Amino acid sequence: MAKIIVVTSGKGGVGKTTTSAAFATGLALRGYQTVVIDFDVGLRNLDLVMGCERRVVYDFINVINGEGNLNQALIKDKRVENLFILPASQTRDKDALSLKGVLKVLETLRKRFEFIVCDSPAGIEHGAIMAMYFADEAIVVTNPEVSSVRDSDRIIGMLSSKTRRAVQNLPAIKEHLLVTRYAPKRVTSGDMLSVEDVQEILAIPFLGVIPESKSVLQASNSGIPVTLDKKSDAGQAYLDVVARFLGEEPPVREKKGFLTRLFKN
Amino acid sequence: MSILKYFYTLRPPKKTAAVAKERLQIIVAHERNLRDSPVIEYLPMLQQELLEVVRKYIAIQDEDIKINIEKDGECEILELNITLSDENQ
Ligand SMILES: Nc1ncnc2c1ncn2[C@@H]1O[C@H](COP(=O)(O)OP(=O)(O)O)[C@@H](O)[C@H]1O
Ligand SMILES: [Mg+2]
Repeated sequence: MAKIIVVTSGKGGVGKTTTSAAFATGLALRGYQTVVIDFDVGLRNLDLVMGCERRVVYDFINVINGEGNLNQALIKDKRVENLFILPASQTRDKDALSLKGVLKVLETLRKRFEFIVCDSPAGIEHGAIMAMYFADEAIVVTNPEVSSVRDSDRIIGMLSSKTRRAVQNLPAIKEHLLVTRYAPKRVTSGDMLSVEDVQEILAIPFLGVIPESKSVLQASNSGIPVTLDKKSDAGQAYLDVVARFLGEEPPVREKKGFLTRLFKN
Repeated sequence: MSILKYFYTLRPPKKTAAVAKERLQIIVAHERNLRDSPVIEYLPMLQQELLEVVRKYIAIQDEDIKINIEKDGECEILELNITLSDENQ
């Protein structure tokens, strides 16, 4: 049975789309049939980050409305086997998604894919709820910064009240904390919340940390998910995150003393 | 080591990250509390009626009575606070 994973945060610009692209690519690199869906209706961007913006013909909402079929809308990645992208509509408004429509598409995708990654729009309204509603697991993307941490806590509240699993009294969504745009030097100097601080405040299981890195912008400039850049520290960190998500214990890399400490307990 | 430097190492100024953590812990706990406690519609009415009963005996201001419901694990606590100033007694 396919797993549905929502990448969410509340706050905008924290790295949801970057994470969705990198994480989905990482899963596909490991051989899993993976699709990544852009839920940011009206503000489509996953296609750019994945480098397939010129290949969009039909989108998510076309499929829901029966204006095109799923096979026409799914874009197969040219670099990685088993990886597909379902773009958001750029022209409709965010209310064009309905639970019924989303469910229909997810049910079809479930038959064909092992992982369905949902890139959530910012906010705590309709679009964000659509993206999280059917999820089995959630990656809560948080920057070590006050607004982002507080908004993540709002989202954690919604995951346990506004989703199918909550409403139907099913086992709760499995939550994962991913701290991104992390600058260890600023943590050492006392200007930035540490991973431990963020984890202590939000109190959900820790999945990983992605450093602030120039390579992320370079990757999105070129339309290449950062996990395909072998020289990128952020890319390597995302690969570790994928391994940990799959239940492995990746080696702790140098300069990550904080990680060793986190995993010891 | 000068005296000044000695005190500095004893109590270095609080770093902004520590301030952020403290503020977040407080606001997040507060917001979680609001989220987890059911909205009780009768609370303002209860507060008003209690105020009237107490006023039969003691002169108090509107803001001297505070009513609050808190969740402590499985247990819900109805907290009622009436402040009596010196003049009331
Ligand atoms: N680890 C990182 N290091 C540096 N820049 C990053 C990192 N993660 C994200 N960014 C940048 O932050 C901006 C917002 O990222 P994006 O993934 O679009 O966020 P969201 O989808 O949450 O709005 C982009 O310009 C992206 O390049
Ligand atoms: Mg985005």
